[in-house]
Amino acid sequence: MAEKSNTITEFQEAPPRVSEWRRFRRVFLSRGVVVFGLIILLLLLLTAVFAAWLAPYDPYKLSTAKSLVQPNWEHPLGSDILGRDTLSRLIYGSRTALMVGFISVGIASVFGISLGVIAGYFGGIINMIIMRAMDALLCFPMLILALVVASVLGGGIQNVIIALSIATIPGYARVTCGVTLSIKENDYILAGRAMGASDMRTMLGHILPNAFPPLIVLMTMQLGNLILAEAGLSFIGIGIEPPGAAWGAMVSDGYQYLLRNPVLSFAPCIAIMLVVFAFNMVGDGLRDALDPRLRGLL
Amino acid sequence: MTTYIIRRLIQAVFVLILVTLIVFFVMRLLPGDPLIIYMAQSAELQAMPPEMLDKLRADFGLDKPVMVQYANWMAGIFQGDFGTSIFYREKVGTLMLERFPVTAHLGLLSLVIGAVLGVLAGLSAAVRRGKWLDKIITPLTYIGICIPVFFVGILMIYVFGLKLGWLPISGYTSPFDDFWLSTRQLVMPVLCLAVFGLAANARQMRSSMLEVTRQDYIRTAWSKGLNERMVIIRHAMKNSLIPVITLMGLGVGIIFGGSVLVELIFAIPGVGRLMVSSIFGQDYVVVQAITFVIAVVILIVNLVVDISYGWLDPRIRYG
Repeated sequence: MAEKSNTITEFQEAPPRVSEWRRFRRVFLSRGVVVFGLIILLLLLLTAVFAAWLAPYDPYKLSTAKSLVQPNWEHPLGSDILGRDTLSRLIYGSRTALMVGFISVGIASVFGISLGVIAGYFGGIINMIIMRAMDALLCFPMLILALVVASVLGGGIQNVIIALSIATIPGYARVTCGVTLSIKENDYILAGRAMGASDMRTMLGHILPNAFPPLIVLMTMQLGNLILAEAGLSFIGIGIEPPGAAWGAMVSDGYQYLLRNPVLSFAPCIAIMLVVFAFNMVGDGLRDALDPRLRGLL
Repeated sequence: MTTYIIRRLIQAVFVLILVTLIVFFVMRLLPGDPLIIYMAQSAELQAMPPEMLDKLRADFGLDKPVMVQYANWMAGIFQGDFGTSIFYREKVGTLMLERFPVTAHLGLLSLVIGAVLGVLAGLSAAVRRGKWLDKIITPLTYIGICIPVFFVGILMIYVFGLKLGWLPISGYTSPFDDFWLSTRQLVMPVLCLAVFGLAANARQMRSSMLEVTRQDYIRTAWSKGLNERMVIIRHAMKNSLIPVITLMGLGVGIIFGGSVLVELIFAIPGVGRLMVSSIFGQDYVVVQAITFVIAVVILIVNLVVDISYGWLDPRIRYG
């Protein structure tokens, strides 16, 4: 009996799995821009990890002799007012951008998904309270919320991460709640409950996997938004402490010398743009490959 | 429809209460009581004896329980009293009344330009799908949604302000004082702020147009022998606008966030710049008041969007 059911499941499950993965890969890689985005993200990741080897100079080393050097062979992007090499700072800045992005997505998704699944699963008054609280949070634009948190807790990088996490929680909660509401009436959930599955097990084992496709798309797109928001905040002067390199801060530092060396501001701007573009494109590609019905919704 | 509106209104009141709680209690997260922060700001307070401080604390109502303080704060807001700025030594309400019109002027213009041009761009890209117009518009919308606001600003300042010298690079003049100067000063900030909304609207409009033109009722309209203009404007465009309207609710939030950056870059005395200077000056009363007003504006916009959404698309109402 046991053997028989085993062979049946193998027979039924094994072939579609392979084709599912193949189909995903085919659709995902079918568009040039998506592949381009993927390549940029890989390069970015490598740059951030190997920053210490890639950077031609020490990004923090001051040198009055090399203040505002024009781009040349030694310094491909020139140097800032304090004589620091722009390319090296750009390379180190990728660490800041990725760190803020990944940590914020991690924190926000854990809280958002938990709240969403609880709201959808238990429904009623719990759903009402959680989702209205999410609505209330959504009344605060990401940048404004981050400014408020920075004003209360101070402008350090960890406070920027806290603020951006809080601001992005509602997105995850809404998506998860929606999926949970549409899944929980299914027969297999009822069957699982009849077999004695606890609430926890039902939520984690049976409901959450269904929310995976839209959530992974949302996370990818949020990474782009978060990096954009972090750049905006560090442009204002909130975020990583002065010697550290952040792309937004580099833009505002270089802005004062726009006429003497525009590369100082333009280079980090282009870096931000490329990275945000890459995350958006990869998010688009994932959405089309995982669940085309999400088109226009995420 | 009436029940739908009433339901949304009740929800909105509930959300409003949550918004006030968030704004009030986030400010209470400050280490220590607000008086210590007032003290750090002003020399006269620092020299005060402890009994005087206690009296001052009582005057500000800071000796009362937190819930009472919250109630007092709310009561103040209902009477238009947002407190007194520590830095400007002026009523926060007055400060905001000076600056909100500036941001509104900037923001509304960007919103309208982003909406009109965005819808038109998306519409023409969808109608001429795959042709040269689409091939120009669609990549531009991709760039538009990922370009940082300050990059647009700096690029425009560099090209039109510094290199070509066509437009002033900073400042703000009321249109009632000098309309021509005011418009010239606003061209770059408004465009800068409109870029994201324009691109997002165009993208949404294009994809929902392509979705709608596949529907049966569009085929019916064609087979009835209606001309292209009729089919596109009366049948396709109207239905495609529905998802774009939801996006506009979101757009207001993005404009408030973006205007902080734009006001800094172009030295425009609006709420965004006031907020940033208040943060660096630790002027919490101002930060609190501005945040509250922005949240309420967004709440109202979302309410209006939701109600018009239900009116335009009856499927939502009964959902």
